[in-house]
Amino acid sequence: MSSEIFVVAYEGAPDDPGVLDYAITRAKAEDARLLLVHILEWSPYSFLTPQELEERHGRRKQELARAREVVMAPALQKAEAAGVTADGVIRYGQVVELIVEEAKKAEASVIFVGRSGSNSMAARVFGSVPLGLAQIAPVPTVIVP
Amino acid sequence: MFDRKTVSLATAFALSGAAQAQASIDETINSVIGAATGPFVSFIFSPFPGTSFPWIVLWLVIAATIFTLYFAFVQFRAFPHSIALVSGKYSDPDDAGEVSHFQALATALSGTVGLGNIAGVAVAVSIGGPGATFWMILAGLMGMASKFTECTLGVKFRNEYEDGSVSGGPMYYLSKGMAERGFAGLGKGLAIVFSIFCVFGALGGGNMFQANQAHAQITNIVGDYPGWITGVIFAGIVFAVIVGGLKSIAQVTEKVVPFMGVLYVGTALIVILMNFDKIGWAFGQVFDGAFTGAGVAGGLVGALIQGFKRAAFSNEAGVGSAAIAHSAVKTKEPITEGFVSLLEPFIDTVVICTMTALVIIITGVMQIDPETGNYIWNADLGRVETVGDVSGVALTSAAFGSAISWFPYVLAIAVILFAFSTMISWSYYGLKAWTYMFGEGKAQELSFKVLFCVFVVIGAAMNLGPVIDFSDASIFAMALINIIGLYFLMPIVKAELTSYSARLKSGEIKRFA
Repeated sequence: MSSEIFVVAYEGAPDDPGVLDYAITRAKAEDARLLLVHILEWSPYSFLTPQELEERHGRRKQELARAREVVMAPALQKAEAAGVTADGVIRYGQVVELIVEEAKKAEASVIFVGRSGSNSMAARVFGSVPLGLAQIAPVPTVIVP
Repeated sequence: MFDRKTVSLATAFALSGAAQAQASIDETINSVIGAATGPFVSFIFSPFPGTSFPWIVLWLVIAATIFTLYFAFVQFRAFPHSIALVSGKYSDPDDAGEVSHFQALATALSGTVGLGNIAGVAVAVSIGGPGATFWMILAGLMGMASKFTECTLGVKFRNEYEDGSVSGGPMYYLSKGMAERGFAGLGKGLAIVFSIFCVFGALGGGNMFQANQAHAQITNIVGDYPGWITGVIFAGIVFAVIVGGLKSIAQVTEKVVPFMGVLYVGTALIVILMNFDKIGWAFGQVFDGAFTGAGVAGGLVGALIQGFKRAAFSNEAGVGSAAIAHSAVKTKEPITEGFVSLLEPFIDTVVICTMTALVIIITGVMQIDPETGNYIWNADLGRVETVGDVSGVALTSAAFGSAISWFPYVLAIAVILFAFSTMISWSYYGLKAWTYMFGEGKAQELSFKVLFCVFVVIGAAMNLGPVIDFSDASIFAMALINIIGLYFLMPIVKAELTSYSARLKSGEIKRFA
């Protein structure tokens, strides 16, 4: 049983393959376990049309199924194949806030996050996940380019 | 600055060729629809025998009073808890991604906050005098209990389908709830009649009235031109959204409307504060008028009828429409949505409608006889004389414009957006009622949607009078059926309320934040 847990803020395969590979390497070297956290951005204060309200519950089921099958399952397999024990969490809400929450809950020692997307204009103006984590992460955070 | 007359002339010139033919199209539509809807309208608004009081208004007032007493003033007792629910303090984080209380409330509100708040209030105050405001606020406060009852039932008896979609509303609680109470046949019948009236309501108040007043507001700015032109443009956009599935327009509207609402209330507050020396006088007018009629021909009863009518039309409490929107929320406790929904008449009527009324009163756009201090009554038009001889949304616009010259332009945009979002919401309510009657299916849905678009054109082309009458009548007819059901089903709501309150007290209902 490994002593350390590394949290990986995982966006999905095509977007940040680098962060997963790097985290697997680090976890293997230090005999740590991985906790992959995938957050579906969501605000309970957004505005929806009546039609969207009606379909929301069904949509959520679809989105969760997709996140489980397309995002999480292959990533977990990749980690297992490399000989690293890994768990996955999928949640709805504010990305940075929830990653921090999961890291605290798991008593993780490090958070790994990919830099993807931080170069866009929107990210520069409104901040990105790596920037947000840099500001409020409770543990050392590694930004993987 | 852009000269309004120049714009008017340019518009008139551009349209002059076809103007006469177009005007006659408007007149034809007016007389045909006016004649067709006349008997229905006069039935709904027939006075209580021996009085001048429309029985349907009494029906709503009595219902709201009964619910208020039966649930022991739940609208005041549960108000703080309602706020806590909307802000998500009792939402399970594991349910994130589902429809939140806030979202259900916001969507229902964007269906109710509309022209009723801007045009309807102007109609009430110009016919019933400032005193109508008092009765409107009272009706809003009482209506909170009606809304609480119907929205709790909407969630409790909704249908949840395999694919995860949810359908709810009076059609479902009337049929399923009444069956539970041992009145299956009656419930089924009421559900069908409700659905018929809901389709009328969607086409009337949820559509024609909106199109009509949006057109009035546009002509107020660019000058007069035939209504069917606005109708066709609006119908085209509505068609693109509800038939073409052009979600982006609906989504943008849903996002902009709340900001418009805040902007509207904010501006109203500014106008009121600009006239702060008259605030006391305005409230005096409201209270005096409420009990004396303040020299308005209808007197006390006129003020009361107008206040109650326009409040009901604006916040739709007891009508059953909001129960359709609220029923999609994710909650294990139907009563929580009831608590949240009672905020709706408060925001809609007690806050927004009151703002409109105060702005109209305080800016003095309703003319007062300097000798008597009473409002000048125009018997031919059946309302108070106004500056520029305007009514409906144009009166509200004039009131705002007298304080902030450019605001009518912002108001025009707000009106169009409000009208549009209300139409989208009501097209959905109407569709739900339609498919309840005719079954789900592409053909059934398309037929209603096309019909809805046709009525946009008709609504924009007609005069205010027949449109407002038919809109009111159709909405009130829904309330007629819905409230019968609510009386039968209110013990179910009471049981929910008792159980929930006990568990909230014991700590079994957890607070998450």
